[in-house]
Amino acid sequence: MRSATMHSRRKLSVALAAAATLLLAACSGSGGDASANGPVTLTWWHNRTTEPMKSIWQGVADDFHKSHPDVSFTIEPLQNEQFQTKVPLALQGNTPPDIFQQWGGGSLVSQLSSGKLADITQASQSWIGPLGQSAKGWQSGGKQYGVPYQMHAVGFWYRKDVFANAGVTSTPTTLDELNAAVAKLKAANIVPIAVGGKDRWPDAFYYNYFAIRQCSVDSLKTAIDKKDFSDPCFTKAGENLKAFIDTKPFQDGFVGTPAQQGAGSSAGMLATGKAAMELQGDWNPDVMQSLTEEKDLDSKVGWFPFPAVPGGQGDPNSVLGGGDGFSCTTRAAKACADFLGYLVGEEVQKKLAATGSGLPVHPAAVASLKTETHKKISEYVSKAPHLQFYFDIAMPTNVGQALNDAIANFFAGQGGPDAIVKSVSQAAAGNK
Amino acid sequence: MSTATSSRPLTAPSPHAPAAGGARRRSRTRTRLELALLLAPGLVLFAGFVLVPIFVAVYYSLYSWNGFGPLTDFVGLDNYVDAFSGDVFRGSIGHNLIIAALSIIVQLPLSIGLALLLNRKLRGRTFLRMVVFAPYVLSEAVTAVIWLLMLQPGGFVDEVLRGAGLGWLVQQWLADQRIVLYTLFVVITWKYIGFGVILLLAGLQGIPVELREAAALDGATSWQATRHVVLPLLGPTIRVWIFLSVIGSLQLFDLVWIMTLGGPANASSTMATYLIDHGFKRYEFGFGSAVAVILFLICFLFALLYQRYALRRDTEGAVG
Repeated sequence: MRSATMHSRRKLSVALAAAATLLLAACSGSGGDASANGPVTLTWWHNRTTEPMKSIWQGVADDFHKSHPDVSFTIEPLQNEQFQTKVPLALQGNTPPDIFQQWGGGSLVSQLSSGKLADITQASQSWIGPLGQSAKGWQSGGKQYGVPYQMHAVGFWYRKDVFANAGVTSTPTTLDELNAAVAKLKAANIVPIAVGGKDRWPDAFYYNYFAIRQCSVDSLKTAIDKKDFSDPCFTKAGENLKAFIDTKPFQDGFVGTPAQQGAGSSAGMLATGKAAMELQGDWNPDVMQSLTEEKDLDSKVGWFPFPAVPGGQGDPNSVLGGGDGFSCTTRAAKACADFLGYLVGEEVQKKLAATGSGLPVHPAAVASLKTETHKKISEYVSKAPHLQFYFDIAMPTNVGQALNDAIANFFAGQGGPDAIVKSVSQAAAGNK
Repeated sequence: MSTATSSRPLTAPSPHAPAAGGARRRSRTRTRLELALLLAPGLVLFAGFVLVPIFVAVYYSLYSWNGFGPLTDFVGLDNYVDAFSGDVFRGSIGHNLIIAALSIIVQLPLSIGLALLLNRKLRGRTFLRMVVFAPYVLSEAVTAVIWLLMLQPGGFVDEVLRGAGLGWLVQQWLADQRIVLYTLFVVITWKYIGFGVILLLAGLQGIPVELREAAALDGATSWQATRHVVLPLLGPTIRVWIFLSVIGSLQLFDLVWIMTLGGPANASSTMATYLIDHGFKRYEFGFGSAVAVILFLICFLFALLYQRYALRRDTEGAVG
């Protein structure tokens, strides 16, 4: 048993010998409540296990410690996948991390029932303004339970050279134009679009976008809030997606293709010019660069938003995305919130933007983005009338995953649009 | 004198008798103390890391619980009912059974054949044994990633087949729902055949050469000697291999998870991938625990029955 006051250096260990030997480490602390003033060490779990971000986070923590000598850090970088299991366990235990990776939306709401997440509405008031609608995904019931430090947006990445070779002269702005481009690329014997169907989440981007284009912002909000996709626009979105899949725009065997592993993955196919397009997040250039020898990739790839769908109620400029953020737990909420304020401030945001690993949440940092393409995406996102969180993240985890699975089955030819709609209400009702 | 000498040994122990009994008693307590001291750490660890988690899982499995906050929503056996009434979970159990059956039907004869071959004196035997055993040393995750890349359309496997003039064999190995499970089985076989071969080779080493020679003197052909002398003596090893293979098939996870995530459309899901996918990825820890308990019970039941009916004569033989 270990009490939560980790900041105390004094630790009294008492060994009790019984049938089994229990080690009881009781910590005695002066003050106890860490939110009071006094030295505090924040345990920070983040998902950047690779350079350059790993060092950047370390540097940011060091800088913050210099200006706030009372606050020091124990940084633990963890693999992305580990958060899924480690965070619930940690929040269930007595010593959760003080700051941890938080993607917002429905999983944040699930985590709230642990009672360990800190409400930073008050503490963030002075600095949260510039974040605008980006911060909404980290709210629940009007309270702020974390903030994003960078945003992500999904759109079509394409090869300019491959487009030119196939005679596609401009980027598609409507579904008809996209279909025409697909036909031209097929005629030129090039895979029009690569999709990493094995990993399922890339499939979900398509359904999400068809729904965003088909449904009004109000229907989207209501559907997500109520976990009910019975509005006919969601069925229509599925029908549109079916019609699109029927044009066979994807590579052979796309349901078995990984999204990011190896040259045969969907990102790899785009990086090596075997495919012309991929619907992916803004992080795709980094992924592609790691899968090809080509040095000048940035100049060869371009980006365009998901095209408008004829007859849709949705705004053609609405964008699908999400973000990376952090939440604080209650033990050292004050110090943690101050630190988050520093992370989303201009200085750190400019550093993050320069790495190109995401879109800055502070408008002043947009100019620091690495490539013109990313600047274009950032501009598009800031002007978007509606920023739609990925459906799977926006809804509680069980519902979101059930939806993604239904979409992946749909891509594999199992179930129709109604199966997608049903998966949401069934999961929301607690069916497995 | 003679009586005195003869009576002395008879009477001599009597004064020492109580002392000897005390020593025996003392040694018995000492044995118990030693047992307690030596077994306690193991028992405590076993209880703490095996028994307690199992009971905790059973406890969790009776609740609808997302992993956060207290357990309040008691649902009884609903999680179990939900699991068994779902097509996907039933399908997963079926996939595990198919893999287990294929292991015995395909891998076992293959392992025995290779082991018999590698047991002969032939040039480069050590090298060949190493080649067969090498895949087993690779980590399962590495194996999965390598094969995932090689099995992509137009990948290494397809190119090799086309190069060998077998282009008509090329399939969408991981994308075709009718094929994907068998593709995975081939990879599993590639990975684990070495283990079976090594195990059986060890078994073959234990069979005296004289038996074969005696059979040969009696006019048995090489095949007859193998069939009627070597194979029966290899029985215990084969039975242990079947046990390990079936348990491994029932718990199959890493390879499937990395190569297909149980897809496409659950065509290659196993009980363990279903457990992670539907239990833990969806934050349904109560339901996930129920699936884990089912998986445990299936393995446990198989282990018990197999020990009782198949392995008993081997262990009895060992003791006797």
